[in-house]
Amino acid sequence: MEVRVQNVRKEFDRFPALHDVSLDIHSGELIALLGPSGSGKTTLLRLIAGLEMPTQGKIFFGDVDASEKSVQERNIGFVFQHYALFRHMTILENISFGLKVRPRSTRPPSGEIRRRAMELLDLVQLSGLEKRYPNQLSGGQRQRVALARALAIEPAVLLLDEPFGALDAQVRRELRKWLREIHDRTGHTTVFVTHDQEEALELSDRLCVMSQGKIEQVGTPDTVYDYPTSPFVFGFIGESSTLPVVVENNELWVGGRAIGLPAGDAKPGNARLFFRPHDVDLIEADASLAGVVTTARRVGGTRRVELEIGGAGHLVEVDLPFDHPAGEKTRLSFRPRRWKLFPAE
Amino acid sequence: MSAAVSFAPRRGWSFRQPSVIPGFGLTLGFTLTYFSLIILIPLLALAIRSAGLGPEGFWKAATDARVLGSLRVSFVTALIAAGVNVVFGTLIAWVLVRYRFPGRRIFDAIIDLPFALPTAVAGIALTAIYAPNGTIGALFAPLGWRIAYTPSGIVIAMIFIGLPFVVRTIQPILEEVSHEVEEASATLGASRFQTITRIILPSLTPAILTGFALAFARGVGEYGSIIFIAGNIPFVSEIAPLLIYIRLQEFNYVGATVIATVMLLLSFALLFVINLIQAWSRRRYGYGSN
Repeated sequence: MEVRVQNVRKEFDRFPALHDVSLDIHSGELIALLGPSGSGKTTLLRLIAGLEMPTQGKIFFGDVDASEKSVQERNIGFVFQHYALFRHMTILENISFGLKVRPRSTRPPSGEIRRRAMELLDLVQLSGLEKRYPNQLSGGQRQRVALARALAIEPAVLLLDEPFGALDAQVRRELRKWLREIHDRTGHTTVFVTHDQEEALELSDRLCVMSQGKIEQVGTPDTVYDYPTSPFVFGFIGESSTLPVVVENNELWVGGRAIGLPAGDAKPGNARLFFRPHDVDLIEADASLAGVVTTARRVGGTRRVELEIGGAGHLVEVDLPFDHPAGEKTRLSFRPRRWKLFPAE
Repeated sequence: MSAAVSFAPRRGWSFRQPSVIPGFGLTLGFTLTYFSLIILIPLLALAIRSAGLGPEGFWKAATDARVLGSLRVSFVTALIAAGVNVVFGTLIAWVLVRYRFPGRRIFDAIIDLPFALPTAVAGIALTAIYAPNGTIGALFAPLGWRIAYTPSGIVIAMIFIGLPFVVRTIQPILEEVSHEVEEASATLGASRFQTITRIILPSLTPAILTGFALAFARGVGEYGSIIFIAGNIPFVSEIAPLLIYIRLQEFNYVGATVIATVMLLLSFALLFVINLIQAWSRRRYGYGSN
């Protein structure tokens, strides 16, 4: 189901958590709300769920205004970071809870409820564990049960609040792939919150990057990574290095030296240059960024060095091949292959 | 205070448990000595004293009509009082944990007063209020319901002294029940009422059982406050502890020990069963172990 968030504002005790946020979520897509803590991403998710009510603005499910509907009426599936399973119920009882509490008129017969719960248990690959209790399962298994429980009510929208936040790195990677598979198989419109940009890039159809109660950018992972529209997004998604530069004569200058990058249509004056550490060419030319290595460390398949550029002590990070002989005090010059200019703050 | 039974997996039987902290022998020795002096020896003396009658004499003394009557009064009223306390104690714990209102801390502190108040004072105060000419007793008197000087009075006194046990055992567990679980229940379509009956109350079951056991035990053993309000009519409102006292005054020490032993056995059996249920539910629901 399509979800439209329209000019929503949320305040907690006069403290604004979301400022005038609008977002269109397409039917059947998997969208990530990504941002640092305090960016309002969880608040937005809880507003869609109906666990919070907006101070201003409206939320539509399809063409229906859901803003005034209670959580129970919205028919959403919600998965919590800490699972929130019912500890006194078996796995099977947990999964069938949402169907069992329905009023008699819409409740399926008990045999049907059981059949559906077992089917879901199979979907989340936990067949055979239906008689266990939540505290007899591992974290990853518990989160799968939580997902099965949310799917049991055939939700209009599936909402996940940092679903892998409490799990260790390996289980997290596994579940990520698995969630993508489940999504492709069931086709639920899914919104998930995360602060892990890698998770968001890998898992989602589109990302919605948030900061300080506002949406910074919405787009596919490729768009957001390759064409960030704000310094915040450039800095938050992926690795980035930044440097203050001066725009003059249609060229970029650092410390009174042209660095061989055209300014394009940027206005003359101060600006900030952003580039990715791995997206650079080492060159021997006068018109380049030159600096002295201050630290060098091995990161996976590359060697990451920190360079001090010019006399002002600006530090940038650059990736080198792991067998590059650069050590401390080595002088290097390079030019970013791709870069982006933002106005100086 | 709460007697949680835990069964550690046992590999053979050995005195020494590997531990980095020394002093196992000393602490176990001290514990056993202390336990013996304070609890075991007095109880044992009680049993030996009453056993002096021989099995037949014991049976005869224990099944005396007045003794049976007093035991029935004691246990039935204590069970009713514990039941009432569980209902209202849970409610009070809920209010204290979930709501913030002016005076909450004072209210919270007042809950403990029945622990501290001399029971005779409580008994006299309750009698004054619930007697047919007392503030509250006068309201019920026209309806033909006498509270003081009847078993109802005993129940009232037991409720008074047992309440803090229930509130204080449920309060911490209720604080532990996470808000997220309630929200999860709501997102799955459960109404507020369904969330309370199907999610919150079941997770409180072990604590409620503990509270019930403690309130019940306290009620059975209570003496001071009850004798003022009970009226102490044999077969109707005479509690077993009072009958023990009466037997002592008649210099019938053996008769007194027999009643005491029977009370002890009955209480122990009941508490043991409650503890078993509690250990089972604790293990099953995973509260306290996780």
